[in-house]
Amino acid sequence: MIRTHRPAAGVCALLAALAAGIAFPGQAVADETTEAAPKVELVLDVSGSMRTADIDGGTRMAAAKQAFNEVLDATPEGVQLGIRTLGADYRGNDRKEGCKDTAQLYPVGTLDRTEAKTAVATLSPTGWTPIGPALLKAADDLQGGDGTRRIVLISDGEDTCQPLDPCEVAREIAAKGVGLTIDTLGLVPDAKTRDQLSCIADATGGTYTSVQHKEELTDRVGQLVDRAADPVVTPVATEGTDQCSSAPALKSGLYTDREEFGQQRWYKVDVNPGQELRASVSVAADRAVNADYGVLLRAVTVHGREIVRGEASGLGRTDVISTGLRYPKAESDDDDTTPETVCLQVTNSFSAASGVKTSPGLPVELTVDVVDGPSKASDVASFGLGRGWWLLGALVLTGFLAGLVWGWVSRWRVAVWRTN
Amino acid sequence: MSITRVLSAALLAVGLAAGPAAADDASPSPSASDDSAAPTQAGTSFRTATEIDQGQQATASGSTGDYLYWSFPADAGQRPDVKATVKLPDSHAGQTWQLDVYDGLRRRQACQYGAQTRTAAQGAASVELACVMRTVRAWSEPWADDPLPGTYYIRLTVVNLTSADLGQPVSAEVKVDSKDIGGSAAVDGSLAKPLVPGIAVKSESDGVSSSSTKSAVLSSIEPDDGWSSGWWTDRWVWTGIGGVLAALAGIGGYALTRGSGRPRGV
Repeated sequence: MIRTHRPAAGVCALLAALAAGIAFPGQAVADETTEAAPKVELVLDVSGSMRTADIDGGTRMAAAKQAFNEVLDATPEGVQLGIRTLGADYRGNDRKEGCKDTAQLYPVGTLDRTEAKTAVATLSPTGWTPIGPALLKAADDLQGGDGTRRIVLISDGEDTCQPLDPCEVAREIAAKGVGLTIDTLGLVPDAKTRDQLSCIADATGGTYTSVQHKEELTDRVGQLVDRAADPVVTPVATEGTDQCSSAPALKSGLYTDREEFGQQRWYKVDVNPGQELRASVSVAADRAVNADYGVLLRAVTVHGREIVRGEASGLGRTDVISTGLRYPKAESDDDDTTPETVCLQVTNSFSAASGVKTSPGLPVELTVDVVDGPSKASDVASFGLGRGWWLLGALVLTGFLAGLVWGWVSRWRVAVWRTN
Repeated sequence: MSITRVLSAALLAVGLAAGPAAADDASPSPSASDDSAAPTQAGTSFRTATEIDQGQQATASGSTGDYLYWSFPADAGQRPDVKATVKLPDSHAGQTWQLDVYDGLRRRQACQYGAQTRTAAQGAASVELACVMRTVRAWSEPWADDPLPGTYYIRLTVVNLTSADLGQPVSAEVKVDSKDIGGSAAVDGSLAKPLVPGIAVKSESDGVSSSSTKSAVLSSIEPDDGWSSGWWTDRWVWTGIGGVLAALAGIGGYALTRGSGRPRGV
């Protein structure tokens, strides 16, 4: 029986070792980029049409005020919140004057709830709807800091200050700053308003909501403010070039860039022997693009040989098309530890109708991770082990045959011994 | 006598070897974490995707036209099964919803079966989508896009709608379960780090950071019981049993030709 105790002890030791291996995956919680406070600006349309009483029996303005009060009460700690109005002051008919009418009702900063509520209570529906200028000013209000920035635009009508297209304005704002999103809410919107507001949202990666009821407005604005409070990694702006030699050198991290239709972007990353490069790229469709599109990410040596590529293509409505690649650089035999420069080439095959503006380019998001290389597979199966009834059958048969032969041989040996 | 003793010892050894395997199989790897409440909102991009655990029923409210993102962990040997239900507003025209799964490198992952895209008829109350992915492997060649252990992203959105339906309130439910495929999918080789975006940045700053409030990482996802070490597969049991059976068969064959006891006349 002693013989059976030993394997049992061995199995126990093996189990303990396995358990220990599982128990220490070697990863602590998370890192903290000392993140600046997230900033949110609520931009409220206070144009004359807000007087219309068609939201649950009350005026649009009343619904907005109530929503604001509830949202101000529920704003998470640490969120810097500001309020801007558009069309609140100018009563006249001069379009030029009316289109300048946007004012900061409550400055972006640590929230004083009573003060903010008092400010909201004074509002009464008045003038024009200068969405474009209001967005520009709002973007200025949110300037500075590393945190996420979000504009929540609540409007009930389309912009009355053409030719400055608010949709173009939104795209410009998104291109200028990093991590700024505009969410739009339309109060009982008509088709034109809806198109405009959803266009603004799409241009910045935001969302568009059509509001028919009071609770919807409150819930949605609250949800958007809460969302701003969630910590998000802020990407680093970089600018890829049109060839590898002059490309920016990237380390592990998250980057953004812009890429026009049909443009190429090159970046480069240093990879040591025994390390693995992981790169993924997303190209966002922030404007009306044709319904079939694609993205190609290639890892190329400095001499122009392609190592590996990631490609994706898509069809239909989308926010983003993305792909990625992995490149494990083999361990070098000698002591050569010079890192290899890998060039990353990003191209997209988005296209747009002739009227669509091509600049600024489409937003590109690039993730780079350089980690330890994988342990290579030397066999298809784990450790080359076998599995299944065929394996058992083969082993039994071989064992049996070997036993037969061995028995026969020993019998033969005894016979030989006897004759001698 | 000697044969029966060897046989019983061998059987006991097999039992001991199979014991841990059985115990391993019995514990369901993707167990729902009861202590943490299921998320009630969804992200709007890869960067802001809401992290969910396998087995959790995540809900979210949004507007038609939103791109809703969640992320979940999947480990080697699992075959994730993603299910989503979208509750549509009371009145709407026909609209097509789609569920896409992306891996940690943001590569779109194929679904083996399940209705990934489905059109809701005019006025339909809800639409159900499903995607059964391929089995996650511990290793694959860099040129393949096989699913690897790491973060997976779910994107749920409407892909075809009339513009009048844009922005209407909808609510969505998402749940990820997975089937344990086990040893038949156990391949050799393993990744040094799971395919979790931003993991290089995360491990770099691990040593430095010690105290702070909420922090931002691209993905802090990890299965409840950690990533598998990749050592254990039921192939050990099969191979072990095979070895023992071969030995027994060998003894049997030996006994057959050698005859029992002493040869006659000695």
